[in-house]
Amino acid sequence: MEYFLQQLINGLTLGSIYGLIAIGYTMVYGIIGMINFAHGDIFMVGSFIALATFLALVALGISALPLILFITLLVSMLFTSAWGWTVERLAYRPLRGSFRLAPLITAIGMSIVLQNFVQITQGARVKPLPPQIQGGVTLIEGVTENGTIAVQLSYMQMIIIATTLALMIGFSLLISKTSLGRSQRACEQDQKMAALLGVNVDRTISLTFVMGAALAAVAGFMFLLLYGVIDFYIGFLAGVKAFTAAVLGGIGSLPGAMLGGLLIGLIEVFWSGYFSVEYKDVAAFSILVIVLIFMPSGLLGKPEVEKV
Amino acid sequence: MAAGLVGVLGFFFLALRTDIGTGGLDLTYRWGLWFISIAIAFGGRLLLNLFVFNRAKPIASGIKISLPAGAISAGSRVLGPFLLLVALTLPFIVMAVYPDRDRQFIDLAILIMTYVMLGWGLNIVVGLAGLLDLGYVAFYAVGAYSFALLAQYFDIGFWMALPLAGLLAATWGIILGFPVLRLRGDYLAIVTLAFGEIIRVVLLNWYDFTGGPDGISGIPKPSFFGLDFTRTGGFAEFFGIDYDSIHRFIYLYYIILLLALITNFVTLRLRKLPIGRAWEALREDEIACRSLGINTTNTKLTAFSIGAMFGGFAGSFFATRQGFISPESFTFLESAIILAIVVLGGLGSQIGVVIASVVMIGGIEILRNLGFLKEIFGPDFEPTQYRMLIFGLAMVLIMVWKPRGIISSRNPSAVYKERKKIGSDMVAQGEGH
Amino acid sequence: MENAMKTPPAQTWDDNVVLSVEHLTMRFGGLVAVNDLSFNVGRGDITALIGPNGAGKTTVFNCVTGFYKPTEGRIVMRHGKGLQADRIEALTRTGRQFDDDGDDRVFLLERMPDFEISKRAKVARTFQNIRLFGGMTALENLLVAQHNPLMIASAMTIGGIFNLPGYRKARAEAIDFAAYWLEKTGLIDRADDPAADLPYGDQRRLEIARAMCTRPHLLCLDEPAAGLNPRESNELNELLQYIRKDHDTSILLIEHDMGVVMQISDHVVVLDYGEKISDGNPELVKNDPKVISAYLGVDEDEVAAVEESIDMPVIHGKTKPADNGEGGQS
Repeated sequence: MEYFLQQLINGLTLGSIYGLIAIGYTMVYGIIGMINFAHGDIFMVGSFIALATFLALVALGISALPLILFITLLVSMLFTSAWGWTVERLAYRPLRGSFRLAPLITAIGMSIVLQNFVQITQGARVKPLPPQIQGGVTLIEGVTENGTIAVQLSYMQMIIIATTLALMIGFSLLISKTSLGRSQRACEQDQKMAALLGVNVDRTISLTFVMGAALAAVAGFMFLLLYGVIDFYIGFLAGVKAFTAAVLGGIGSLPGAMLGGLLIGLIEVFWSGYFSVEYKDVAAFSILVIVLIFMPSGLLGKPEVEKV
Repeated sequence: MAAGLVGVLGFFFLALRTDIGTGGLDLTYRWGLWFISIAIAFGGRLLLNLFVFNRAKPIASGIKISLPAGAISAGSRVLGPFLLLVALTLPFIVMAVYPDRDRQFIDLAILIMTYVMLGWGLNIVVGLAGLLDLGYVAFYAVGAYSFALLAQYFDIGFWMALPLAGLLAATWGIILGFPVLRLRGDYLAIVTLAFGEIIRVVLLNWYDFTGGPDGISGIPKPSFFGLDFTRTGGFAEFFGIDYDSIHRFIYLYYIILLLALITNFVTLRLRKLPIGRAWEALREDEIACRSLGINTTNTKLTAFSIGAMFGGFAGSFFATRQGFISPESFTFLESAIILAIVVLGGLGSQIGVVIASVVMIGGIEILRNLGFLKEIFGPDFEPTQYRMLIFGLAMVLIMVWKPRGIISSRNPSAVYKERKKIGSDMVAQGEGH
Repeated sequence: MENAMKTPPAQTWDDNVVLSVEHLTMRFGGLVAVNDLSFNVGRGDITALIGPNGAGKTTVFNCVTGFYKPTEGRIVMRHGKGLQADRIEALTRTGRQFDDDGDDRVFLLERMPDFEISKRAKVARTFQNIRLFGGMTALENLLVAQHNPLMIASAMTIGGIFNLPGYRKARAEAIDFAAYWLEKTGLIDRADDPAADLPYGDQRRLEIARAMCTRPHLLCLDEPAAGLNPRESNELNELLQYIRKDHDTSILLIEHDMGVVMQISDHVVVLDYGEKISDGNPELVKNDPKVISAYLGVDEDEVAAVEESIDMPVIHGKTKPADNGEGGQS
């Protein structure tokens, strides 16, 4: 039972990170109907920027940890957004209105570029960062034959889950209440018509990428803090998992992305905890395949009515 | 306006680049180098900013004019036989022109041919049937491992294993395809990607059977009607010529050329058959297909499994060529490269695949040999690092330049009076849109 | 059957039935698109299904051609003459999809998947928003329609790969048959042009030609005259008359153009809100007060009225605003 609870907490933490990345996928997919393959690498770039900022701040002699974390978060969000914007501007905007596979290929190309760019500038070796936030609360303590087992909720996990929750709420408000959200939904429905009605489509799409990148940066930063190890290749697997999460939840749906992220996180952690670590990815992908076979539009996606 | 945009764009790059420069040397003590790298990054970025990005606009618009599509498609009619002729005589041309580097060039030709074949195989699925498959490498892996395992456990030679590997890959195509083919567009894409990853992870972890990350080595080389390419008692002795290891390379080259040509022949034939026309119709409009009595599930499955079969053939060839395989060779990047070749070449175009393979794969290999740059930038400079970076950039640039691929017009499969090329703007891209 | 128009009570479509729709109900969630609808389509007739926008006409079509599975009801397609009532009852009880003993085949369409309906039951259809294979030539479009016979001729592709004579012959015949229909629809000069390149009217006719290439017993046309000019509309009338007379093909059509409907149909079924409100020959339907109040009341030419009525939200308090044209579920 204690073990189960501990895994649940770990799963939710990991799932939050996936969910944050998945939102970027789902928003972009919703608005222009493309798989932004470079998004996983934007996440990776985000975590590198966070690492750099963190070290720079430490080097500058700022010692208050909360302040450092806060500034790092802001800086990485800001600069990763710029990356997101640039990728969209360079690789996707010239192909807007072109056929579907072209932006997919440029996205894969962009992903290769980002990976190798970071590899060249930062080196291929993993970057370890010692744990910064230590301690936590012990929720339950149980006694088993092997000794005591405690369910720990670390401060790190609390921060991650809380930040994710706050961002989710903020985001839902942004989409449902502001004019930007309205423009986004309009572009989602019909770009031409939205443009005719005075919505700046290019700007809206750019902002979508910017927001997605900002969330990916948050995820990247938290990934860095949680695992303490990053390299140039983390983007691919995290990206695929997050995209899986987005599809699982029903692509185009924000709550779906979050739900999918949590599910993927839970599946992975539980599978590793109870069965085998090696096959955790197989488990996540298998669940995806099974869900899609029975619910072709994902868990929270709108069922696609076939128009004849 | 444009300058302002470029300025903003450049600024972020500039700032970012320096920022990342900081992190790259984190926890190391090369502070001096760090400052230099920032300075170089800063300066280089600034120069790029001033000279490249300011000019980016006119260059881009200049490219857009490009060649008229007609010239390329007219050329492609002559191009086909010409390329075939070159392909048939290539080893001898190479041996005559570059006698000291012939092995390397023939090896490169073999590699390119493998990708041509993979591209042609995937072209059936993506180009003709319009099904986006991001896990094609799975079938390549199935083919390679089938042969390797058959050779290891049953001591079966290449020529026996080849059809079996193709069959196994096709079977896997059906098994994987059956549950997922009713998914639409991007869902299909992600599921195929997932299958590709699943197969790789299983190969990686099923240590007892597949050797896990260590892979399988000692895969037998193909024999020439029972003759091996060994120093004694093999091919050379039988024909009374001096032994030269180049013979094996040439032989391998002709095997892959033959396999690729078979793929091409079958594809071209299938296109003119009802099944091929049904694939293309499926790409254009699935609902209309169903209203005409076409069983779309079976039609998709045939496309999927035939594509998989050719992937399997290519996989066995890969295994025998390398003599060693491991899951490393079957990552998503491979799928992405093959898909990029198909899309860059122009969906459904056979010649386009050849051109794209030569450009992309040949390009990568040429970048490997940029050793002379070392002399310019000093010994610390490692040009091969930039290989994939340039590869990725090339993918983006070619796609932006020609979103429909290099050869984008479609040849009708049946003609009443006069053969007319069909412009790419008419042709649908399948699933989803 | 022409004289059926003059003698209202004759109702030949109840004696020699090619398709009968029985108690068809289709619900989408809570919305009842078609409610307990029954009507017959007579063999050799041109039957029109009319009704205001949103009445459920296309839904009926989609049920008949298998694109939707009806919530309730039975749809029977007969290849042989007569009602064959006993045989159909027996078939219904077995749970099988069709009974193809001999020439008098009967099919229960609600049980069959869409492609089988075209392949076996020989019901072909066109679409409201034309669905041609745009990147393929007109000829290729018609060859795709002959997929199934050609598949058999190519021995499921294997014979075709080796280009055996049997397949070559079948292929030549298929091209001839396609050319025949291109000739009939006046498209022979555009045979090698991509379908997306053709003008709108030609695309409509090409779609009909493509449907005819499946050699159907029943041809279902979803608004074939939509968007045609008067001359094209007349040509269409002639084409439909020709198909009905010379090809032993019955026609079921949805149409808004009353000119076309009254001129060529033998039998008109009127739907409103998913229910049948009138059923008879054009003369009878035209004078049916229910139809007039529901649908024809505004003007003789309802289409013109609807098209101009973007600001006019209701017609007799029943129809929906006509701003977004006819959606997929009209």
